[in-house]
Amino acid sequence: MRKLLKYLKNYRAQAVTAPLFKFIEACFELFVPVIVAAIIDNGVTGGRGTGYIVYACLILIALGFAGLAASVSAQYFAARAAVGFSEELRRDLFRKMQSLPYGCADELGTPKMITRITSDVNQLQSGVNLVLRLFMRSPFIVFGATAMAFAISAVAGGIFALSVGALFIIVFAVMFVCVPLYKKAQSRLDGVTTVTRESLTGARVIRAFCKEDDEISEFRYRNGNLKKSQIFVGKISALTNPLTYAIVNVTIIVLLYTGAVQVGEGVLTQGKVIALYNYMSQILVELIKLANLIITVTKSFASAGRISEVLEMQKTLISGEPAAGEVFKGAGAEVEFVNVCANYNGGEVNALDGISFTAESGQTIGIIGGTGSGKTTLVNLIPHFYDAVSGEVLVNGINVNRIGDEKLRESCGIVPQRAVLFEGTLRENIRWGKNDATDEEIMQAIKTAQAEEVVASKPSGLDERVEQGGKNFSGGQRQRLTIARALVKKPKILILDDSASALDYATDAALNASLEKLDYRPTVFIVSQRTSSIRRADKILVLDGGKLVGTGTHEQLLKDCALYREIHFSQFPEEDGNENPA
Amino acid sequence: MKTRRKGIFGRILKQLAPYKFWVAGALLFATVTVAGTLAVPIFFGRIIDMITEPGQIDLRGICAEFIKTGAAIAVTCLSQWLMGVINDHIAYNAVADIRREAFEKIQRLPLAFLDGHSVGDIVGRVVADVEQFSEGLLMGFTQLFTGVLTIAGTLGVMLYINWVIALIVFVLTPLSLLVAKFISGRTYSMFRETSEVRGEQTAFIDEMIGNVKVVQAFSHEDENLEKFDAVNKRLTKVSVKSVFFSSLVNPCTRFLNSLVYAAVALAGALMLVNGTPLPVAFSVGILTSLLSYANQYAKPFNEISGVVAELQNAIACAGRIYEVIDQPAETPDLPSAESLGRARGDVELKNVYFSYSPAKSLISDVCVKAEAGRRIAIVGSTGCGKTTLINLLMRFYDPVSGEISVDGKNILNVKRQSLRSNFAMVLQDVWIKSGTVRQNIALGKPDATEEEVIKAAKAADAHNFIMQLPQGYNTVLSEDGGNLSQGQKQLLCITRVMLAVPPMLILDEATSSIDTRTEMRIQNAFGKLMEGRTCFIVAHRLSTVQNSDLILVMDDGRIVERGTHKELLALNGFYAELFNSRFKENRQTAVSEIKK
Repeated sequence: MRKLLKYLKNYRAQAVTAPLFKFIEACFELFVPVIVAAIIDNGVTGGRGTGYIVYACLILIALGFAGLAASVSAQYFAARAAVGFSEELRRDLFRKMQSLPYGCADELGTPKMITRITSDVNQLQSGVNLVLRLFMRSPFIVFGATAMAFAISAVAGGIFALSVGALFIIVFAVMFVCVPLYKKAQSRLDGVTTVTRESLTGARVIRAFCKEDDEISEFRYRNGNLKKSQIFVGKISALTNPLTYAIVNVTIIVLLYTGAVQVGEGVLTQGKVIALYNYMSQILVELIKLANLIITVTKSFASAGRISEVLEMQKTLISGEPAAGEVFKGAGAEVEFVNVCANYNGGEVNALDGISFTAESGQTIGIIGGTGSGKTTLVNLIPHFYDAVSGEVLVNGINVNRIGDEKLRESCGIVPQRAVLFEGTLRENIRWGKNDATDEEIMQAIKTAQAEEVVASKPSGLDERVEQGGKNFSGGQRQRLTIARALVKKPKILILDDSASALDYATDAALNASLEKLDYRPTVFIVSQRTSSIRRADKILVLDGGKLVGTGTHEQLLKDCALYREIHFSQFPEEDGNENPA
Repeated sequence: MKTRRKGIFGRILKQLAPYKFWVAGALLFATVTVAGTLAVPIFFGRIIDMITEPGQIDLRGICAEFIKTGAAIAVTCLSQWLMGVINDHIAYNAVADIRREAFEKIQRLPLAFLDGHSVGDIVGRVVADVEQFSEGLLMGFTQLFTGVLTIAGTLGVMLYINWVIALIVFVLTPLSLLVAKFISGRTYSMFRETSEVRGEQTAFIDEMIGNVKVVQAFSHEDENLEKFDAVNKRLTKVSVKSVFFSSLVNPCTRFLNSLVYAAVALAGALMLVNGTPLPVAFSVGILTSLLSYANQYAKPFNEISGVVAELQNAIACAGRIYEVIDQPAETPDLPSAESLGRARGDVELKNVYFSYSPAKSLISDVCVKAEAGRRIAIVGSTGCGKTTLINLLMRFYDPVSGEISVDGKNILNVKRQSLRSNFAMVLQDVWIKSGTVRQNIALGKPDATEEEVIKAAKAADAHNFIMQLPQGYNTVLSEDGGNLSQGQKQLLCITRVMLAVPPMLILDEATSSIDTRTEMRIQNAFGKLMEGRTCFIVAHRLSTVQNSDLILVMDDGRIVERGTHKELLALNGFYAELFNSRFKENRQTAVSEIKK
């Protein structure tokens, strides 16, 4: 939390003035019992009469007005500071999230990231706002009332101090006990939610396995536990009101008694005893506010913790300086893997294990293998989205972690597995690849990507709106457009991560043919499940369980690599002379 | 609408019936608490009146008053605590009851209902709506009750003590309500604007953080930040307004309260000095009591205005919950229903019809005879009724007419559990339960040994990727399977079936999210699995169904062709067309490239 305070820096003035004005308002409020005492002592029993009473009541009203003015200003400054705080925090968080390496993003998961930047920041904003508004006011009224009591009578002041101490202990003890219990109840509620959701998403499986009664007994167990913890915490938190009420009223009894004795001795007046009575009532109201405030603040602390966790995530990608004489040149790109191993967050088995190969500039490399064989991991290492655990990934002979991510990625065109377009026009989407691409460049890329007819089919052509996620385009259309997006920057390295899966065989073949004709001759990596997409590649890498089990051309692999043959004939059974494996 | 609401009320009362004594207790203690809180200031007023001048103070008399006051305080505290505890007891028990009833109902609801409602919708009802209901209605009800009682009591006591001042308070207090209402009315539009901008920002965050990998791949971070800043600035502007204006309510009501306070002080003090026109005794002590009432009087008003809106909401929530709970359950098993035991696996469908509504028939006149151990494939385009047929076999749905029998027994006369436990099923929609990998695999056979689990996983080709997970078989998977790919999740589901294999097997697009080679391998495993078992295979990849004993080609709910792969190709009809359209271009590119 303390680390987040820096986001208040630009609002230091507001963050100071808001509580200050609250403080002033509290002062005005503290005068009220004194004036009521004066009305009684001087106006009523003292005999100063109507004029004095009217005058005193006018002061009461004036105090009300002054209090209103002070608190309105305070609310304004608090709002300004809290909202400004969250604006800057949100901005930083967004920037941070965008810069997290793939590994961190995988670990955190996007839903969590989104909750943190939205609801957690909002929670924190209201926390800051409340703290600025109440954190000064409530304690000040509590302590101010005690001080005023001391001013009236030392004995009364002592009683106040004792009573305030007792109140604090009770309110905080109850809270101290309850907050973790509430958390427990909340996590049990989450459990109930999970069981409910699962029983719905898995309704068919549950019924197929005849697990309804097991589900019911699991739900009963969790539901019962939730109820137990709620009732238990309820019993404790229900103590707050009666206990504070008792303390305050017992204190009033003691005050009235000592007051009576002191009035009897002529030390105190009746009006002053009434003032003490009124101060005690004020304390109770503010103390309850303070308790509620602390609950909100605790929640905000939890949010703050979650936010800091993201902000403090270290950039784990290695980034070294290029060695002497290592200059990353734009022209051409050869890629070399030397005994590369990769691993996600400490799994028992490496996702890639001892991969070595060379792709010469301008070559086309096909990568094939089953689900989870490491195809995507391999291509993600080239633009340095992940670090290799061991071995070296070299582009133009330089280790990718010494090139500088931005420069490296600038020369890579990437078409991810999931074809995502963004809200905006088609033109804007393609320009993700190159900010200042002309329409001519864009159309050229679209043509190469076999997406001409997609653009032609839309009434506004390149100005066609793309809805969020590209919902108004079919899967195949989106794939071709994401290919165009990568092509428009004329990359040195082009990575197609299973990005033709939704295309029919003919379009896929046409795409491959037009990629071969690109005049700038990029080094192309094609990840695919279909042998037909990669059979013309200069080199094909066959992966199995993270290991390279075959390298070579289509013909070579058909001869030498059992796995490749197996994959190929599973798709083209009619080419297999011997048997029908399907 | 009105009768519906009345119905819901009746339903709620029924729900609370087991707690009627608790409710009575809550009301009783609420009354005692209110009476106590109202009485205590009067006691104090009386004592203050006894503290007059030096030398004239009757300490013994005061002490006697103290004992009475102390007793009142003790009673109030105790009843306040009991009221809280009883309220919690009723509320949480009722919530738990409702949730349990809802959940148990969900397990028995016909799948047609579940298919017709989104998961989020039903979960929302069971979790959030029940919560709203309990807070709004149960907690709200007691708040309303004590609030009204407090207002009426305060007013009554004040009227009794001094009706002039009571009138002042009575007239002025609603002012603060009006102001509060005025401000919240004004801020409503600001809040809407804020939430619109916030929605816009969330959508942007969703889009960009959700696809952060693409953003990074295209180094688009700076452009995004620029756009983000623009929305963020706008959000700040509208939020400052809405946060500020909404925070004016408290200062304003506090101000009005201080006006009321001053007015009471003025009127009271003037009456003390100039004598009252009223035939009632008036004193400094009484004025003090009145002032403390004036301070507290506005509070229940503010609470009540909030409660009324909550109550309406709560009733709406209750309506949504009872809609689920009062839904008719699956028709129970007939009393004469028998158990299949372990079936042989002869399945026959005779003239089966099914539809949700008479207008559109989903399955028409389907006749199939599958002898034990035969492999039946069902193919056809999307929406042709393949999956519906499976739903009928499992008795997720019951046919409108016609008969389905297993081992010659009409399945309507068979206990559902016994029928379903004779089928193993792998669906396209994979389902992972939160828990470890092992628990997920052993779902159908919780007592499976470690070796059995690993053997099944190896058979399904899932062992390798499981070992890559951080804790292998002990890796805890979240509700939707977390970081597993679709294919991996499917492999887990297949492993689940590999572990416990009943005499009949249903594969509904089971391998559509798996690559062809893995599919082939599993196909081999499935081959072993299918031996001697009756199998129903739904697939869109025709390669997976080619060597079935019987292929049923469905179109628009009817079986249009039937036969083996060869027979159907020879028929040169719908199936041949389907087969060629999928494989033509495939084969052409392959052939043309080989020629090169």
